[in-house]
Amino acid sequence: MAAKGLIFDIKRFSVNDGPGIRTTVFFKGCPLDCRWCHNPESQSCEPEPISVTRRLNGKEYQHQETVGKYMTVEEVMAELLKENIFHETSGGGVTFSGGEPLFQPEFLADLARACRTRNIHTCLDTSGYCDPCLFSRLIPLFDLFLYDIKIFDRDQHIQYTGYPNDEILANLRQLDKTGVPYIIRVPVIPGVNDDAESMNSLLTFTGSLGNPVKEVHFLPYHPLAFHKLENLGRTDKMDKSIRINESELHKFVIEFEQAGCKVKTGG
Amino acid sequence: MNERIRKLREESLKAVNRISAERALLVTRFYRSAVAHEVTVPVQRALCFDYILKHKSICILPNELIVGERGPSPKATPTYPEINLHSLQDLEVLHNREKVHFQSDEDTRKAFAEEVIPFWKGMTNRDRMMRLLPLEWHQAYEAGIFTEFMEQRAPGHTVLGDKIYHKGMQDIITDIHRAMEKLDFMNDPQAFEKQEELKAMEISAGAIILYALRHADKLLEMASGEGDPDRKRELEEIASICRWVPAYAPRTFHEALQYYWFVHLGVITELNPWDSFNPGRLDQHLYPFYKKELEEGTLTADRAIELLQAFWIKFNNHPAPPKVGITAQESNTYTDFSLINLGGVKADGSDAVNELTYIILDVIEEMRLLQPSSMVQVSKKNPDSFLHRAIRIIKTGFGQPSVFNTDAIVQELVRQGKSIEDARRGGASGCVESGAFGTESYILTGYFNIPKVLEITLHNGKDPLTGKRIGMITGDPADFSSFEELLDAFNRQLRHFINIKIKGSNIIEKIFALYMPAPFLSLLIDDCVSNGKDYNAGGTRYNTSYIQGVGMGTITDSLTALQYHVFDRKTISLKKMLDALEKNFEGYEDLHYELVYNTPKYGNDDAYADENLVRVFEMYYDAVDGMPSPRGGTYRINLLPTTCHVYFGSKIRALPDGRKAKEPVSEGVSPVQGSDHQGPTSVIKSVAKIDHIRTGGTLLNQKFAPSFFKDDDSIQKLGQLIRSYFRLDGHHIQFNVVSADTLRDAQKHPEKHRDLIVRVAGYSDYFNDLGGDLQDEIIRRTEHEVL
Repeated sequence: MAAKGLIFDIKRFSVNDGPGIRTTVFFKGCPLDCRWCHNPESQSCEPEPISVTRRLNGKEYQHQETVGKYMTVEEVMAELLKENIFHETSGGGVTFSGGEPLFQPEFLADLARACRTRNIHTCLDTSGYCDPCLFSRLIPLFDLFLYDIKIFDRDQHIQYTGYPNDEILANLRQLDKTGVPYIIRVPVIPGVNDDAESMNSLLTFTGSLGNPVKEVHFLPYHPLAFHKLENLGRTDKMDKSIRINESELHKFVIEFEQAGCKVKTGG
Repeated sequence: MNERIRKLREESLKAVNRISAERALLVTRFYRSAVAHEVTVPVQRALCFDYILKHKSICILPNELIVGERGPSPKATPTYPEINLHSLQDLEVLHNREKVHFQSDEDTRKAFAEEVIPFWKGMTNRDRMMRLLPLEWHQAYEAGIFTEFMEQRAPGHTVLGDKIYHKGMQDIITDIHRAMEKLDFMNDPQAFEKQEELKAMEISAGAIILYALRHADKLLEMASGEGDPDRKRELEEIASICRWVPAYAPRTFHEALQYYWFVHLGVITELNPWDSFNPGRLDQHLYPFYKKELEEGTLTADRAIELLQAFWIKFNNHPAPPKVGITAQESNTYTDFSLINLGGVKADGSDAVNELTYIILDVIEEMRLLQPSSMVQVSKKNPDSFLHRAIRIIKTGFGQPSVFNTDAIVQELVRQGKSIEDARRGGASGCVESGAFGTESYILTGYFNIPKVLEITLHNGKDPLTGKRIGMITGDPADFSSFEELLDAFNRQLRHFINIKIKGSNIIEKIFALYMPAPFLSLLIDDCVSNGKDYNAGGTRYNTSYIQGVGMGTITDSLTALQYHVFDRKTISLKKMLDALEKNFEGYEDLHYELVYNTPKYGNDDAYADENLVRVFEMYYDAVDGMPSPRGGTYRINLLPTTCHVYFGSKIRALPDGRKAKEPVSEGVSPVQGSDHQGPTSVIKSVAKIDHIRTGGTLLNQKFAPSFFKDDDSIQKLGQLIRSYFRLDGHHIQFNVVSADTLRDAQKHPEKHRDLIVRVAGYSDYFNDLGGDLQDEIIRRTEHEVL
C-alpha cells in the first residue's frame, strides 16, 4: 500500500465536477505542462511555497504557506467521510482531480478502494496521460470518468502540453470498451483548439466511440490562473487579453447536439 | 399582474409611512369617559375596541378587491398610548431619521401635544412595568444583556389556525354563550373572572361584525355614485361579502380572504401585538374554497391570483408600528413579520403541497413585496418540484421565501408537549419561531446577549463599559488555571442573568394578564373561549415563553480563542488579552491578526471550535428550558437575532474572537461573518452539532452569488444541500443572493467575507482568493445578473 499521497486541496461542496454534491481531492503533480493550466500549483510533484497576502485594518500581511501535503489514505478518508450526508442525499460522491491523479497510481487506487468499501461514488478527473496497461487495471475502480481531450494534432499537443497524445486517445478507446461511463471534457482555448478543424476532429472522434451516451462538456478558457501563477513566483505563458468567442462556440455546441451528444458549456 | 393590481401595488409602494393620531385620540376619548371606569378590565378593553371600530374612518381605495385599513389611509400608522406613549421628541425623531422614518404633520403633533400626551403621561402600561421591575432588571437591561419585547408592544406572536374558515363570529358568540352557561359560581372560584372575560369576548365579536357592516354601507354609498357599471357591480358584490363575513362562515375564496383581513385588522387595532398577525398555512386554509369554486365554475385560477395579489398588497400597506425611545435600533424595519407558510404536512401527516401552493408561490414571485413575508415548509414527504420552485424564487434575490424543516418543527413542538396533530398544523412565524397555529400563545420575551455575559465574566461581574458591577463575583479570570474554570464562571454568570430576565418577564406577563387583556385575539386562538380565559392570561391550549439567544458564533469563537491561545498554547496571558481588548487591539495588531486568521473558528466543521458551540448551547438550554411562566406555560429557547445583533454589538467592547468594539455580534446560529471558509457543507455540519429539536427555532443565513444559480443543475444541488441540512435536523435556512455592493465591501474588508464564494468560469472560488482584476470583473457581472 502506498504510504502517502501528495494532496494540495480537498474541496468540499464541489458542484461542477460530476453528479450531485461532491468532494474533490486535488492530487499534486502532473506530467503535462499545459500552457493554460488553471491549477498551476498542481503541476510540480513536490510541496512548494506560496506567498499569501492577507489584509486586515488596511495593512497587508505577507506569509509563506506550503502547497501540497503528504496524507495517508486514512487521513483523506476522514475528510471525505465528513461529507457523507451530502454525498448520499445528492447522489454525489468524491472526485479525484489534480494535477493528475494517475501520476500517483498506487495511492489513487488505495483511496478509490477505500471509497468503494464505504459505498462512495467515485469520479476520476484525468488527462488520460498514463501507461495503457496501468490505466486498464485502474478503470474498474471508478464509477465515472471526466476525461480531458485537448488537442487532436499530435505535434500541436506536444507544442502546447509538452507530450504527445497517443496514450491519451488509446486510453479513452480502452475506457470506451469497458462500458464505464465517462464525460469528455474539452478546455476550449482561443487560438489553440477553438477552430473549426479542431472541433471537427473532435466530432469525428466522438462519433467513432462505442458508448451510446456521449456527453461532452466544453470548459471555456479563463485567465483566472494568472494571479495564482504570480503567487507562485512564476510568469505566465498566456496572453491575458484573449477571450473565448462565445457565438462561435455556440455554433459548435449545436453541431455536437445535432450529432447526438449531450453538451454542457461552462460546467 | 393586471392593470388594477399593478396600480394598487404601485400606490402601496408609493404611500408615505406616517403617524396617524386617529387611534390614539379615540382611545384617549374612550378612557376619559365614565363608562370606561364602571366595568372590569376585560370589558373595558372590549368597549375600547368597540369604540375605536365604531368611530375610526373607513378607507376604501379605488379598484380595491379586499377592503379595510388600520389607519385612515395606507401606511398611516396608529400609536397605542395605553401601551407606550410617543413624546413630541419621538415624533420628531421618527419624522427626521434617515431610515424607517414616519412622517407626522402639524395636526398630528397638535393632537399628541394637546390631548394624547397630557392624558397618558406616566400612565401607560410601559410606565407601570418600569415602576414594578426590580433594580437588577433595569441594570442588566441598560447594560444591553437583554431586551424586552413587551416593553413597547403587547404579547402576540401567534398565528391563526383554520377556525375562521368554518366558524363565523356568530358561531363563536354561540360558543361564548355555551361557556357562560357552564359557569359555576358555587364551585369555581374563578367563575366571575371567566364571566367578565366572556362578556368582553362577546362585545369584541360584535364590534368586528359592525365594523364590516360599516364597510358594506360605505361600499354601497360608493356604488350609488359609481359611473362604471362593472365597478358598480363589483362594489355591490364586495358590500354583500362584508355583510356575510365575519358574521358567518365564509362560502367563497373571496369571502375567506376578506374574513381573514377583517380579523387581521381587528388584532392589530385592539393592541400592537408583536409580529402583527398571520394567516399561517394559507395554502391549506384556502384550498377547499379554491377547489370547490373551481369545480362549480364560480372562480377561475386568474381571479384567484388577482384576489391573492390584492390580499398581498393589504399587508404591504401596514408597516410595523414604530417604537419610542432608544430601542429604535433593536428591530429597525417596516416589516411586521407576517410569515405566510406554504407546504409542509397535513394533520394526518401526509404531504400538504397542493395546486394552490404553487399558485401562491407565483404570487410571491410576481408581487415582490416586503410584506407579507413568506416561507416554505419542507418535509421529507414534500416533492422536490415544490422545493425547486421555491429556490427559483430565492435566486431572484429578494430574500423570500425562507426554507423550513417541517419534520424538525413537528418534533420540536411534540417535545414541548403538543399533540402530534396540533404540531402538524403548526409551523414557523415571525423570523423562525415554532408554534402550534391556532392553539398556542408563544410569546417572545426578548433577545439575550450571550457574548456580553462573557465580557462580564472576564471582568469578574463588572460591565467594563460603565464600570458598574451588575453580575456575580465569579473570581478574577487572571487566576483561572484552566479553561474549565473560565467556562464554569461563565455558566454561573449566564444563569444569574437568565434568572433576572425570567423574573422580570414573569412580572411583565402578569401585568398584561391583569391590565391589558386581549379579548378580540382571544376569540381566535383556542381554547380561550371554552376556558373563559384571556390570551394574555394563559387561556390558550399551549403557552410558551421564548428567550432568544443571540451571538452564538461570536461567543463560540471568543471562547475558542481563549482556550487556544491562553490555555492550550499559552502564547498569551489572559491579562495581556484583556489589555488588548480594552485597547481595541491598538498596539496589538499582530495579536489581532492571529485571532482573526490563525485561530480555529466555528463554521468549518472543526471539532475544536464547534465543541464550544455545543457547550454554550447546553448551558443556555439548561438555564432556560422548563422554567414555569405565570400563564401556566414554560420557558423555551430559540436562537435568532432579527437585527438585535447590531444593538448588542454596540454594547460590547472588543472580544477575543477579533471582533472590535461596538461591531455587531454574529446573527442566529450563523458563523461570525466571514469566518467560515470551507463552504456551505462545512457550515451546515458545524451548525447541526447543536440539537435544534430542543429549541423553538434557529436561524441560519447563507450567501450565494447570483452566478451560482446559472443553470438548473445548481437549483437541484441547492435543493440537495437543504435536504441534507434537514436530515441533520436543521430548523431553517435562508439564502441571500449577494449584491455587487457586498462584493465591493469584500474588496475593502476581506477579513469579513472569507465565506464569499463566487462562480468564476466553470467553477467557483472564494472571492478573496481572486486577483483584483478578476474581482472587478465579477462585480461588473454581478451588477448585470441581479434581476
